[in-house]
Amino acid sequence: MLTSDEVKQDFPIFETLGDGYAYLDNAATTQKPRSVLDAIHNFYTSQNSNVYRGIYRLSEDATDSYHKARRNIAEFIGSGNPDSLIFTRNATESLNLVASSLGKGLRPGDEVLISIMEHHSNIVPWQLWLPAGVKLKYADIDSEGHLDMESFQENLTGRTKIVSLVHESNLLGTINNAMEIGRIAHDNGAVFILDGAQSVPHMPVDVERLGCDFLAFSGHKMLGPMGIGCLYGRMDILEKMPPFLGGGEMIREVYRDHSVWNDVPQKFEAGTPNVAGAIGLSAAVDYLRSYGMENVRSHEKRLMKKTFDLEQEAGIPELISYGPRELENRGGIYSFNIGKIAPMDLESQILEESSLKIGSAVHPHDVASSLDGDKIAVRSGHHCAMPLTHRLGVVATSRASYYIYNSESDVENLFQAIANVAVKYHER
Amino acid sequence: MSDEEINMEILLDHYRSPRNYGKIEKPSVELVEYNPVCGDAVQFTLKIENGILTDVKFIGRGCSVSQGAASMLTERVKGKSTEEVMNIGPQEILSNIGLNLGPSREKCALLSLNALQKSVRKYRDGEK
Ligand SMILES: Cc1ncc(COP(=O)(O)O)c(C=O)c1O
Repeated sequence: MLTSDEVKQDFPIFETLGDGYAYLDNAATTQKPRSVLDAIHNFYTSQNSNVYRGIYRLSEDATDSYHKARRNIAEFIGSGNPDSLIFTRNATESLNLVASSLGKGLRPGDEVLISIMEHHSNIVPWQLWLPAGVKLKYADIDSEGHLDMESFQENLTGRTKIVSLVHESNLLGTINNAMEIGRIAHDNGAVFILDGAQSVPHMPVDVERLGCDFLAFSGHKMLGPMGIGCLYGRMDILEKMPPFLGGGEMIREVYRDHSVWNDVPQKFEAGTPNVAGAIGLSAAVDYLRSYGMENVRSHEKRLMKKTFDLEQEAGIPELISYGPRELENRGGIYSFNIGKIAPMDLESQILEESSLKIGSAVHPHDVASSLDGDKIAVRSGHHCAMPLTHRLGVVATSRASYYIYNSESDVENLFQAIANVAVKYHER
Repeated sequence: MSDEEINMEILLDHYRSPRNYGKIEKPSVELVEYNPVCGDAVQFTLKIENGILTDVKFIGRGCSVSQGAASMLTERVKGKSTEEVMNIGPQEILSNIGLNLGPSREKCALLSLNALQKSVRKYRDGEK
Protein backbone atom coordinates (compact mmCIF):
# COMPACT_ATOMS: atom_id res chain seq x y z
CA MET A 1 0.00 0.00 0.00
CA LEU A 2 1.13 3.45 -0.88
CA THR A 3 0.76 6.34 1.54
CA SER A 4 0.32 9.59 -0.31
CA ASP A 5 1.37 11.74 2.64
CA GLU A 6 4.75 10.02 2.71
CA VAL A 7 5.08 10.24 -1.06
CA LYS A 8 4.38 13.96 -0.90
CA GLN A 9 7.45 14.56 1.24
CA ASP A 10 9.65 13.54 -1.66
CA PHE A 11 8.29 16.41 -3.75
CA PRO A 12 9.79 19.82 -2.90
CA ILE A 13 7.01 21.70 -4.71
CA PHE A 14 4.47 20.68 -2.10
CA GLU A 15 6.53 22.49 0.53
CA THR A 16 6.28 25.58 -1.63
CA LEU A 17 2.57 25.18 -2.31
CA GLY A 18 1.80 24.60 1.34
CA ASP A 19 -0.62 22.27 3.09
CA GLY A 20 -4.00 21.67 1.63
CA TYR A 21 -3.12 22.40 -1.97
CA ALA A 22 -4.66 19.71 -4.17
CA TYR A 23 -2.79 19.37 -7.45
CA LEU A 24 -5.27 17.48 -9.64
CA ASP A 25 -3.96 18.19 -13.12
CA ASN A 26 -1.67 15.19 -13.44
CA ALA A 27 -2.94 14.23 -16.86
CA ALA A 28 -1.42 17.50 -18.07
CA THR A 29 1.86 17.19 -16.22
CA THR A 30 3.16 15.78 -12.95
CA GLN A 31 5.33 17.10 -10.12
CA LYS A 32 8.97 16.01 -9.74
CA PRO A 33 10.49 14.13 -6.81
CA ARG A 34 13.78 15.22 -5.30
CA SER A 35 15.63 12.24 -6.81
CA VAL A 36 14.76 13.39 -10.32
CA LEU A 37 15.81 16.96 -9.62
CA ASP A 38 19.06 15.69 -8.09
CA ALA A 39 19.82 13.46 -11.06
CA ILE A 40 19.48 16.40 -13.44
CA HIS A 41 21.53 18.63 -11.17
CA ASN A 42 24.24 15.97 -10.87
CA PHE A 43 24.49 15.58 -14.59
CA TYR A 44 25.03 19.29 -15.11
CA THR A 45 27.45 19.62 -12.21
CA SER A 46 29.56 16.51 -12.82
CA GLN A 47 29.10 15.07 -16.30
CA ASN A 48 27.94 17.78 -18.64
CA SER A 49 29.44 17.30 -22.10
CA ASN A 50 28.13 16.24 -25.47
CA VAL A 51 27.47 12.54 -25.99
CA TYR A 52 29.03 10.26 -28.64
CA ARG A 53 31.50 12.79 -30.03
CA GLY A 54 34.14 13.08 -27.34
CA ILE A 55 37.14 10.81 -26.97
CA TYR A 56 37.72 12.31 -23.56
CA ARG A 57 36.62 10.84 -20.28
CA LEU A 58 33.90 13.37 -19.42
CA SER A 59 32.07 12.77 -22.67
CA GLU A 60 32.43 9.03 -22.28
CA ASP A 61 30.81 9.28 -18.83
CA ALA A 62 27.93 11.30 -20.23
CA THR A 63 27.47 8.81 -23.06
CA ASP A 64 27.51 5.96 -20.60
CA SER A 65 24.82 7.61 -18.43
CA TYR A 66 22.72 8.26 -21.51
CA HIS A 67 22.95 4.57 -22.52
CA LYS A 68 22.07 3.44 -19.02
CA ALA A 69 19.01 5.68 -19.01
CA ARG A 70 17.88 4.20 -22.30
CA ARG A 71 18.31 0.64 -21.03
CA ASN A 72 16.52 1.39 -17.75
CA ILE A 73 13.50 3.00 -19.42
CA ALA A 74 13.31 0.25 -22.08
CA GLU A 75 13.22 -2.35 -19.30
CA PHE A 76 10.53 -0.38 -17.50
CA ILE A 77 8.17 -0.86 -20.45
CA GLY A 78 9.16 -4.48 -20.92
CA SER A 79 11.59 -4.22 -23.81
CA GLY A 80 14.76 -6.27 -23.49
CA ASN A 81 16.46 -4.30 -26.25
CA PRO A 82 17.50 -0.74 -25.37
CA ASP A 83 17.93 0.10 -29.06
CA SER A 84 14.17 -0.22 -29.49
CA LEU A 85 13.71 2.95 -27.44
CA ILE A 86 14.05 6.27 -29.25
CA PHE A 87 14.32 9.48 -27.26
CA THR A 88 12.10 12.34 -28.41
CA ARG A 89 10.83 15.52 -26.80
CA ASN A 90 7.43 14.14 -25.79
CA ALA A 91 4.61 11.81 -26.81
CA THR A 92 3.55 14.28 -29.46
CA GLU A 93 6.92 14.13 -31.16
CA SER A 94 6.96 10.34 -30.83
CA LEU A 95 3.62 10.10 -32.63
CA ASN A 96 4.77 12.56 -35.26
CA LEU A 97 7.92 10.54 -35.82
CA VAL A 98 6.04 7.34 -36.43
CA ALA A 99 3.29 9.01 -38.48
CA SER A 100 5.76 10.91 -40.62
CA SER A 101 8.00 7.93 -41.26
CA LEU A 102 5.38 5.21 -41.72
CA GLY A 103 3.18 7.62 -43.67
CA LYS A 104 5.78 7.73 -46.45
CA GLY A 105 4.92 4.11 -47.20
CA LEU A 106 1.18 4.75 -47.53
CA ARG A 107 -0.53 4.86 -50.94
CA PRO A 108 -3.65 6.77 -51.97
CA GLY A 109 -6.67 4.90 -50.62
CA ASP A 110 -4.76 3.34 -47.72
CA GLU A 111 -6.47 3.80 -44.39
CA VAL A 112 -5.40 4.75 -40.88
CA LEU A 113 -7.82 3.74 -38.16
CA ILE A 114 -7.90 5.73 -34.92
CA SER A 115 -10.69 6.37 -32.40
CA ILE A 116 -12.83 9.34 -31.51
CA MET A 117 -11.19 9.46 -28.08
CA GLU A 118 -7.72 10.37 -29.39
CA HIS A 119 -5.63 13.26 -28.17
CA HIS A 120 -4.90 15.76 -30.96
CA SER A 121 -1.37 14.36 -31.12
CA ASN A 122 -2.76 11.09 -32.46
CA ILE A 123 -5.08 12.83 -34.93
CA VAL A 124 -3.27 15.74 -36.53
CA PRO A 125 -0.05 13.89 -37.55
CA TRP A 126 -2.26 11.51 -39.55
CA GLN A 127 -4.30 14.36 -41.03
CA LEU A 128 -1.06 15.61 -42.56
CA TRP A 129 -1.29 12.64 -44.95
CA LEU A 130 -4.83 13.43 -46.14
CA PRO A 131 -3.53 15.45 -49.13
CA ALA A 132 -1.65 12.30 -50.23
CA GLY A 133 -4.97 10.47 -50.50
CA VAL A 134 -4.71 8.58 -47.21
CA LYS A 135 -8.03 8.06 -45.43
CA LEU A 136 -8.42 8.68 -41.70
CA LYS A 137 -11.16 6.68 -40.00
CA TYR A 138 -12.55 6.96 -36.49
CA ALA A 139 -13.90 4.16 -34.33
CA ASP A 140 -16.70 5.47 -32.11
CA ILE A 141 -17.33 5.11 -28.37
CA ASP A 142 -20.38 3.60 -26.71
CA SER A 143 -22.67 5.50 -24.34
CA GLU A 144 -20.44 4.73 -21.35
CA GLY A 145 -17.24 5.84 -23.03
CA HIS A 146 -15.76 2.48 -23.93
CA LEU A 147 -14.37 1.93 -27.37
CA ASP A 148 -17.26 0.62 -29.46
CA MET A 149 -15.86 -2.65 -30.80
CA GLU A 150 -18.58 -2.96 -33.41
CA SER A 151 -17.68 0.43 -34.80
CA PHE A 152 -14.02 -0.52 -34.66
CA GLN A 153 -14.64 -3.68 -36.69
CA GLU A 154 -16.80 -1.82 -39.19
CA ASN A 155 -14.05 0.69 -39.83
CA LEU A 156 -11.35 -1.92 -40.19
CA THR A 157 -10.99 -2.84 -43.87
CA GLY A 158 -8.59 -4.51 -46.24
CA ARG A 159 -7.02 -1.07 -46.78
CA THR A 160 -6.34 -0.45 -43.07
CA LYS A 161 -2.55 -0.26 -42.88
CA ILE A 162 -2.22 1.37 -39.47
CA VAL A 163 -4.26 1.18 -36.26
CA SER A 164 -3.26 3.87 -33.77
CA LEU A 165 -5.04 4.01 -30.46
CA VAL A 166 -4.87 5.75 -27.12
CA HIS A 167 -4.20 3.28 -24.30
CA GLU A 168 -5.90 5.39 -21.65
CA SER A 169 -8.08 8.33 -22.67
CA ASN A 170 -6.94 11.60 -21.12
CA LEU A 171 -10.54 12.80 -20.94
CA LEU A 172 -12.68 9.75 -20.21
CA GLY A 173 -10.12 7.74 -18.28
CA THR A 174 -11.12 4.75 -20.39
CA ILE A 175 -8.47 2.03 -20.47
CA ASN A 176 -8.63 0.32 -23.83
CA ASN A 177 -8.05 -3.37 -24.26
CA ALA A 178 -4.79 -2.93 -26.12
CA MET A 179 -4.02 -6.63 -26.30
CA GLU A 180 -7.26 -7.51 -28.04
CA ILE A 181 -7.13 -4.57 -30.42
CA GLY A 182 -3.52 -5.32 -31.24
CA ARG A 183 -4.45 -8.87 -32.11
CA ILE A 184 -7.28 -7.73 -34.39
CA ALA A 185 -5.02 -5.16 -36.04
CA HIS A 186 -2.29 -7.71 -36.65
CA ASP A 187 -4.75 -10.29 -38.01
CA ASN A 188 -5.71 -7.59 -40.46
CA GLY A 189 -2.07 -7.06 -41.42
CA ALA A 190 -1.94 -3.57 -39.90
CA VAL A 191 0.76 -1.95 -37.78
CA PHE A 192 -0.46 -1.30 -34.22
CA ILE A 193 0.56 1.93 -32.46
CA LEU A 194 -0.31 2.68 -28.85
CA ASP A 195 -0.40 6.17 -27.35
CA GLY A 196 0.77 5.40 -23.82
CA ALA A 197 0.98 9.01 -22.60
CA GLN A 198 -1.60 8.30 -19.88
CA SER A 199 -0.99 4.58 -19.33
CA VAL A 200 2.79 4.23 -18.90
CA PRO A 201 2.80 6.64 -15.92
CA HIS A 202 -0.09 4.96 -14.15
CA MET A 203 -0.06 1.19 -14.63
CA PRO A 204 2.24 -1.70 -15.54
CA VAL A 205 2.83 -1.55 -19.29
CA ASP A 206 4.73 -4.32 -21.04
CA VAL A 207 5.21 -3.97 -24.79
CA GLU A 208 5.97 -7.66 -25.28
CA ARG A 209 2.86 -8.74 -23.42
CA LEU A 210 0.62 -6.13 -25.11
CA GLY A 211 2.06 -6.95 -28.49
CA CYS A 212 2.13 -3.36 -29.73
CA ASP A 213 4.48 -2.38 -32.53
CA PHE A 214 4.95 1.16 -31.20
CA LEU A 215 4.40 2.87 -27.87
CA ALA A 216 4.60 6.64 -27.38
CA PHE A 217 4.88 8.40 -24.00
CA SER A 218 6.09 11.58 -22.30
CA GLY A 219 8.55 11.87 -19.41
CA HIS A 220 6.90 14.87 -17.78
CA LYS A 221 3.65 12.98 -17.19
CA MET A 222 5.49 10.34 -15.14
CA LEU A 223 7.48 12.45 -12.66
CA GLY A 224 10.28 13.08 -15.16
CA PRO A 225 11.38 16.42 -16.60
CA MET A 226 9.75 18.25 -19.48
CA GLY A 227 11.37 17.97 -22.89
CA ILE A 228 12.01 14.23 -22.88
CA GLY A 229 9.74 11.57 -24.31
CA CYS A 230 10.06 8.13 -25.84
CA LEU A 231 9.00 6.06 -28.76
CA TYR A 232 9.35 2.33 -28.43
CA GLY A 233 9.29 0.48 -31.75
CA ARG A 234 9.71 -3.07 -32.92
CA MET A 235 13.28 -3.38 -34.18
CA ASP A 236 12.47 -5.03 -37.52
CA ILE A 237 10.04 -2.24 -38.39
CA LEU A 238 12.30 0.56 -37.14
CA GLU A 239 15.16 -0.74 -39.24
CA LYS A 240 13.09 -0.49 -42.41
CA MET A 241 11.62 2.92 -41.66
CA PRO A 242 13.00 6.10 -43.27
CA PRO A 243 14.35 8.74 -40.86
CA PHE A 244 12.25 11.53 -39.37
CA LEU A 245 14.59 14.51 -38.97
CA GLY A 246 17.95 14.91 -40.68
CA GLY A 247 21.23 16.20 -39.21
CA GLY A 248 24.03 15.18 -36.91
CA GLU A 249 24.05 11.86 -35.00
CA MET A 250 21.49 10.26 -37.29
CA ILE A 251 24.00 9.70 -40.10
CA ARG A 252 27.02 7.48 -40.50
CA GLU A 253 28.42 9.16 -43.62
CA VAL A 254 27.47 12.31 -45.49
CA TYR A 255 28.37 13.03 -49.12
CA ARG A 256 27.40 15.94 -51.33
CA ASP A 257 24.38 14.20 -52.76
CA HIS A 258 23.46 11.50 -50.29
CA SER A 259 24.00 10.15 -46.79
CA VAL A 260 24.17 6.81 -45.07
CA TRP A 261 21.89 6.50 -42.06
CA ASN A 262 23.12 5.52 -38.66
CA ASP A 263 21.73 2.45 -36.86
CA VAL A 264 18.52 2.46 -34.83
CA PRO A 265 17.93 4.29 -32.49
CA GLN A 266 20.43 7.02 -33.53
CA LYS A 267 18.85 7.06 -37.00
CA PHE A 268 15.83 8.72 -35.39
CA GLU A 269 17.68 11.03 -33.00
CA ALA A 270 19.00 13.92 -35.07
CA GLY A 271 21.07 16.54 -33.26
CA THR A 272 22.28 16.82 -29.69
CA PRO A 273 19.86 14.87 -27.52
CA ASN A 274 18.35 15.88 -24.19
CA VAL A 275 20.82 13.89 -22.10
CA ALA A 276 19.87 15.48 -18.78
CA GLY A 277 16.25 14.79 -19.61
CA ALA A 278 16.91 11.12 -20.30
CA ILE A 279 18.83 10.81 -17.03
CA GLY A 280 16.04 12.59 -15.16
CA LEU A 281 13.42 10.31 -16.69
CA SER A 282 15.49 7.28 -15.76
CA ALA A 283 15.50 8.51 -12.15
CA ALA A 284 11.72 8.93 -12.34
CA VAL A 285 11.41 5.34 -13.52
CA ASP A 286 13.52 4.20 -10.54
CA TYR A 287 11.29 6.19 -8.23
CA LEU A 288 8.08 4.67 -9.66
CA ARG A 289 9.62 1.23 -9.53
CA SER A 290 10.37 1.65 -5.83
CA TYR A 291 6.59 1.70 -5.25
CA GLY A 292 5.75 -0.74 -7.99
CA MET A 293 3.37 0.07 -10.84
CA GLU A 294 0.77 -2.36 -9.49
CA ASN A 295 0.65 -0.26 -6.33
CA VAL A 296 0.47 2.99 -8.27
CA ARG A 297 -2.49 1.56 -10.16
CA SER A 298 -4.32 0.32 -7.07
CA HIS A 299 -3.78 3.64 -5.30
CA GLU A 300 -5.49 5.42 -8.19
CA LYS A 301 -8.26 2.84 -8.22
CA ARG A 302 -8.89 3.66 -4.56
CA LEU A 303 -9.07 7.35 -5.40
CA MET A 304 -11.51 6.66 -8.23
CA LYS A 305 -13.68 4.56 -5.95
CA LYS A 306 -13.71 7.42 -3.47
CA THR A 307 -14.61 9.75 -6.34
CA PHE A 308 -17.59 7.66 -7.41
CA ASP A 309 -18.74 7.26 -3.80
CA LEU A 310 -18.57 10.98 -3.09
CA GLU A 311 -20.27 11.80 -6.37
CA GLN A 312 -23.19 9.65 -5.22
CA GLU A 313 -23.25 11.04 -1.70
CA ALA A 314 -22.81 14.69 -2.59
CA GLY A 315 -25.92 14.74 -4.79
CA ILE A 316 -24.82 17.92 -6.55
CA PRO A 317 -27.64 19.00 -8.85
CA GLU A 318 -26.88 18.62 -12.55
CA LEU A 319 -23.44 17.14 -11.96
CA ILE A 320 -22.62 15.06 -15.03
CA SER A 321 -19.50 12.94 -15.37
CA TYR A 322 -18.05 10.93 -18.21
CA GLY A 323 -16.31 7.62 -18.78
CA PRO A 324 -16.66 4.00 -17.67
CA ARG A 325 -17.80 3.32 -14.13
CA GLU A 326 -16.12 -0.03 -13.58
CA LEU A 327 -12.73 0.50 -11.98
CA GLU A 328 -11.04 -2.24 -14.02
CA ASN A 329 -11.34 -0.20 -17.22
CA ARG A 330 -10.93 3.20 -15.66
CA GLY A 331 -7.82 5.23 -14.88
CA GLY A 332 -7.62 8.04 -12.34
CA ILE A 333 -9.19 10.70 -14.52
CA TYR A 334 -12.51 12.33 -13.71
CA SER A 335 -14.09 14.70 -16.24
CA PHE A 336 -17.31 16.41 -15.27
CA ASN A 337 -19.70 19.25 -15.93
CA ILE A 338 -22.31 21.11 -13.98
CA GLY A 339 -25.13 21.10 -16.51
CA LYS A 340 -24.61 20.66 -20.20
CA ILE A 341 -23.43 23.44 -22.48
CA ALA A 342 -23.60 22.36 -26.10
CA PRO A 343 -20.77 23.25 -28.45
CA MET A 344 -21.36 25.90 -31.05
CA ASP A 345 -19.64 27.35 -34.05
CA LEU A 346 -20.14 30.46 -36.11
CA GLU A 347 -22.70 28.75 -38.32
CA SER A 348 -24.98 27.96 -35.42
CA GLN A 349 -27.11 30.90 -34.40
CA ILE A 350 -26.90 32.28 -30.92
CA LEU A 351 -30.54 32.27 -29.94
CA GLU A 352 -31.68 35.30 -28.04
CA GLU A 353 -33.99 33.34 -25.82
CA SER A 354 -32.01 30.25 -25.12
CA SER A 355 -28.45 31.39 -25.49
CA LEU A 356 -27.62 33.08 -22.25
CA LYS A 357 -29.85 30.61 -20.56
CA ILE A 358 -27.34 27.89 -20.45
CA GLY A 359 -29.87 27.13 -17.75
CA SER A 360 -28.28 26.45 -14.44
CA ALA A 361 -25.19 25.08 -16.16
CA VAL A 362 -21.86 26.48 -15.07
CA HIS A 363 -19.19 27.03 -17.69
CA PRO A 364 -16.11 24.82 -17.08
CA HIS A 365 -13.92 27.95 -17.01
CA ASP A 366 -15.92 29.22 -14.09
CA VAL A 367 -15.63 25.84 -12.42
CA ALA A 368 -11.84 25.80 -12.73
CA SER A 369 -11.48 29.40 -11.55
CA SER A 370 -13.68 28.79 -8.58
CA LEU A 371 -11.82 25.59 -7.64
CA ASP A 372 -8.54 27.47 -7.97
CA GLY A 373 -9.84 29.82 -5.29
CA ASP A 374 -10.25 26.75 -3.08
CA LYS A 375 -6.64 25.65 -3.76
CA ILE A 376 -7.59 22.89 -6.15
CA ALA A 377 -5.87 22.74 -9.53
CA VAL A 378 -8.05 21.17 -12.22
CA ARG A 379 -8.11 21.80 -15.93
CA SER A 380 -11.05 22.96 -18.01
CA GLY A 381 -11.40 23.01 -21.76
CA HIS A 382 -11.32 20.38 -24.47
CA HIS A 383 -8.13 18.74 -23.14
CA CYS A 384 -6.65 18.54 -26.63
CA ALA A 385 -9.45 16.17 -27.59
CA MET A 386 -11.86 18.46 -29.42
CA PRO A 387 -13.51 15.73 -31.52
CA LEU A 388 -14.23 13.75 -28.35
CA THR A 389 -15.50 16.78 -26.43
CA HIS A 390 -17.91 17.54 -29.27
CA ARG A 391 -18.85 13.87 -29.51
CA LEU A 392 -19.93 14.15 -25.88
CA GLY A 393 -22.12 17.06 -26.95
CA VAL A 394 -20.43 19.68 -24.80
CA VAL A 395 -18.27 22.72 -25.36
CA ALA A 396 -15.76 21.72 -22.68
CA THR A 397 -15.36 19.76 -19.47
CA SER A 398 -13.54 20.18 -16.19
CA ARG A 399 -11.10 17.44 -15.34
CA ALA A 400 -9.46 16.17 -12.17
CA SER A 401 -6.65 13.67 -12.64
CA TYR A 402 -4.83 11.83 -9.88
CA TYR A 403 -1.35 10.55 -9.10
CA ILE A 404 0.57 8.92 -6.29
CA TYR A 405 0.80 12.02 -4.09
CA ASN A 406 -2.95 12.62 -4.13
CA SER A 407 -4.96 11.46 -1.15
CA GLU A 408 -8.57 10.69 -0.38
CA SER A 409 -8.78 14.03 1.38
CA ASP A 410 -7.88 15.74 -1.93
CA VAL A 411 -10.93 14.00 -3.39
CA GLU A 412 -13.06 15.16 -0.46
CA ASN A 413 -11.88 18.74 -0.98
CA LEU A 414 -12.67 18.44 -4.67
CA PHE A 415 -16.29 17.53 -4.06
CA GLN A 416 -16.69 20.17 -1.38
CA ALA A 417 -15.42 22.74 -3.87
CA ILE A 418 -17.66 21.47 -6.68
CA ALA A 419 -20.64 21.78 -4.34
CA ASN A 420 -19.59 25.38 -3.63
CA VAL A 421 -19.41 26.22 -7.33
CA ALA A 422 -22.83 24.79 -7.93
CA VAL A 423 -24.30 27.01 -5.22
CA LYS A 424 -22.37 30.13 -6.21
CA TYR A 425 -23.40 30.08 -9.85
CA HIS A 426 -26.79 28.43 -9.57
CA GLU A 427 -28.22 31.55 -8.03
CA ARG A 428 -28.48 32.89 -11.52
CA MET B 1 -15.76 42.12 1.71
CA SER B 2 -12.46 42.74 -0.05
CA ASP B 3 -12.29 44.76 -3.27
CA GLU B 4 -11.72 41.54 -5.16
CA GLU B 5 -14.87 40.03 -3.66
CA ILE B 6 -16.94 43.12 -4.41
CA ASN B 7 -15.70 43.18 -8.00
CA MET B 8 -16.50 39.48 -8.33
CA GLU B 9 -20.03 40.16 -7.11
CA ILE B 10 -20.41 42.99 -9.63
CA LEU B 11 -19.25 40.74 -12.46
CA LEU B 12 -21.53 37.90 -11.36
CA ASP B 13 -24.42 40.34 -11.16
CA HIS B 14 -23.83 41.35 -14.77
CA TYR B 15 -23.57 37.68 -15.68
CA ARG B 16 -26.80 36.71 -13.93
CA SER B 17 -28.79 39.72 -15.16
CA PRO B 18 -27.02 41.15 -18.17
CA ARG B 19 -27.72 44.74 -19.20
CA ASN B 20 -28.58 45.62 -22.80
CA TYR B 21 -29.23 42.01 -23.58
CA GLY B 22 -30.99 41.33 -26.87
CA LYS B 23 -30.96 42.43 -30.47
CA ILE B 24 -31.63 45.82 -31.99
CA GLU B 25 -34.17 45.83 -34.82
CA LYS B 26 -32.57 47.06 -38.05
CA PRO B 27 -29.11 47.70 -36.59
CA SER B 28 -26.47 49.77 -38.34
CA VAL B 29 -24.18 46.79 -38.02
CA GLU B 30 -24.10 43.36 -36.42
CA LEU B 31 -21.30 40.93 -35.77
CA VAL B 32 -20.61 37.61 -34.04
CA GLU B 33 -17.32 36.96 -32.30
CA TYR B 34 -16.40 33.52 -31.09
CA ASN B 35 -13.61 31.76 -29.28
CA PRO B 36 -13.39 28.21 -30.66
CA VAL B 37 -11.28 27.02 -27.75
CA CYS B 38 -13.88 27.50 -25.04
CA GLY B 39 -16.97 28.18 -27.16
CA ASP B 40 -17.58 31.63 -25.70
CA ALA B 41 -19.59 33.72 -28.14
CA VAL B 42 -21.09 37.19 -28.32
CA GLN B 43 -23.19 38.87 -30.97
CA PHE B 44 -23.36 42.66 -31.04
CA THR B 45 -25.96 44.82 -32.72
CA LEU B 46 -25.18 48.55 -32.92
CA LYS B 47 -27.13 51.65 -33.79
CA ILE B 48 -24.78 54.36 -35.01
CA GLU B 49 -26.03 57.88 -35.80
CA ASN B 50 -23.69 60.72 -36.81
CA GLY B 51 -20.71 58.87 -35.41
CA ILE B 52 -22.42 58.26 -32.07
CA LEU B 53 -23.24 54.83 -30.71
CA THR B 54 -26.82 55.60 -29.78
CA ASP B 55 -27.73 52.04 -28.91
CA VAL B 56 -25.91 48.78 -28.37
CA LYS B 57 -27.15 45.33 -27.45
CA PHE B 58 -25.56 41.93 -27.19
CA ILE B 59 -26.53 38.33 -26.90
CA GLY B 60 -24.07 35.63 -26.06
CA ARG B 61 -23.09 32.47 -24.39
CA GLY B 62 -20.19 31.47 -22.27
CA CYS B 63 -18.50 31.87 -18.92
CA SER B 64 -19.20 34.54 -16.34
CA VAL B 65 -16.16 36.55 -17.40
CA SER B 66 -16.96 36.72 -21.11
CA GLN B 67 -20.65 37.45 -20.59
CA GLY B 68 -20.29 39.70 -17.55
CA ALA B 69 -17.63 41.73 -19.34
CA ALA B 70 -19.87 42.11 -22.40
CA SER B 71 -22.69 43.46 -20.26
CA MET B 72 -20.37 45.91 -18.49
CA LEU B 73 -18.97 47.05 -21.82
CA THR B 74 -22.38 47.89 -23.26
CA GLU B 75 -23.10 50.16 -20.29
CA ARG B 76 -19.79 51.87 -20.75
CA VAL B 77 -20.04 52.65 -24.46
CA LYS B 78 -23.66 53.62 -24.97
CA GLY B 79 -23.80 57.25 -26.13
CA LYS B 80 -20.06 57.40 -26.85
CA SER B 81 -18.60 58.31 -30.24
CA THR B 82 -17.23 55.53 -32.41
CA GLU B 83 -13.87 57.27 -32.04
CA GLU B 84 -14.02 56.81 -28.29
CA VAL B 85 -15.05 53.19 -28.68
CA MET B 86 -12.07 52.51 -30.91
CA ASN B 87 -9.73 54.08 -28.39
CA ILE B 88 -10.65 51.78 -25.51
CA GLY B 89 -7.60 49.70 -24.68
CA PRO B 90 -7.63 46.20 -23.22
CA GLN B 91 -6.09 47.43 -19.98
CA GLU B 92 -9.07 49.69 -19.40
CA ILE B 93 -11.45 46.74 -19.62
CA LEU B 94 -9.36 44.62 -17.30
CA SER B 95 -9.01 47.31 -14.65
CA ASN B 96 -12.72 48.03 -14.88
CA ILE B 97 -13.40 44.38 -14.06
CA GLY B 98 -10.82 44.64 -11.30
CA LEU B 99 -10.08 40.95 -10.86
CA ASN B 100 -6.81 39.12 -11.07
CA LEU B 101 -7.88 37.00 -14.02
CA GLY B 102 -4.65 35.52 -15.32
CA PRO B 103 -3.74 35.36 -19.01
CA SER B 104 -6.14 32.66 -20.18
CA ARG B 105 -9.22 34.26 -18.71
CA GLU B 106 -8.18 37.72 -19.86
CA LYS B 107 -9.04 36.42 -23.33
CA CYS B 108 -12.59 35.79 -22.10
CA ALA B 109 -12.74 39.30 -20.69
CA LEU B 110 -11.59 40.88 -23.95
CA LEU B 111 -13.81 38.92 -26.33
CA SER B 112 -16.55 41.55 -26.25
CA LEU B 113 -14.17 44.48 -26.75
CA ASN B 114 -12.78 42.77 -29.82
CA ALA B 115 -16.29 42.11 -31.06
CA LEU B 116 -17.39 45.68 -30.50
CA GLN B 117 -14.36 47.25 -32.16
CA LYS B 118 -14.65 44.84 -35.07
CA SER B 119 -18.29 45.86 -35.43
CA VAL B 120 -17.34 49.53 -35.64
CA ARG B 121 -14.66 48.73 -38.21
CA LYS B 122 -17.15 46.73 -40.21
CA TYR B 123 -19.58 49.64 -40.10
CA ARG B 124 -16.92 52.08 -41.27
CA ASP B 125 -15.83 49.77 -44.09
CA GLY B 126 -19.46 49.52 -45.19
CA GLU B 127 -19.80 53.29 -45.26
CA LYS B 128 -16.93 53.82 -47.66
C1 LIG C 1 -3.43 10.64 -24.33
C2 LIG C 1 -2.37 11.66 -24.62
N1 LIG C 1 -1.62 11.54 -25.71
C3 LIG C 1 -0.66 12.42 -26.00
C4 LIG C 1 -0.41 13.51 -25.21
C5 LIG C 1 0.65 14.47 -25.61
O1 LIG C 1 1.62 14.61 -24.65
P1 LIG C 1 2.72 15.73 -24.80
O2 LIG C 1 2.02 17.04 -24.79
O3 LIG C 1 3.60 15.53 -23.62
O4 LIG C 1 3.41 15.49 -26.09
C6 LIG C 1 -1.18 13.68 -24.06
C7 LIG C 1 -0.98 14.86 -23.21
O5 LIG C 1 -1.87 15.54 -22.78
C8 LIG C 1 -2.18 12.73 -23.76
O6 LIG C 1 -2.94 12.86 -22.67
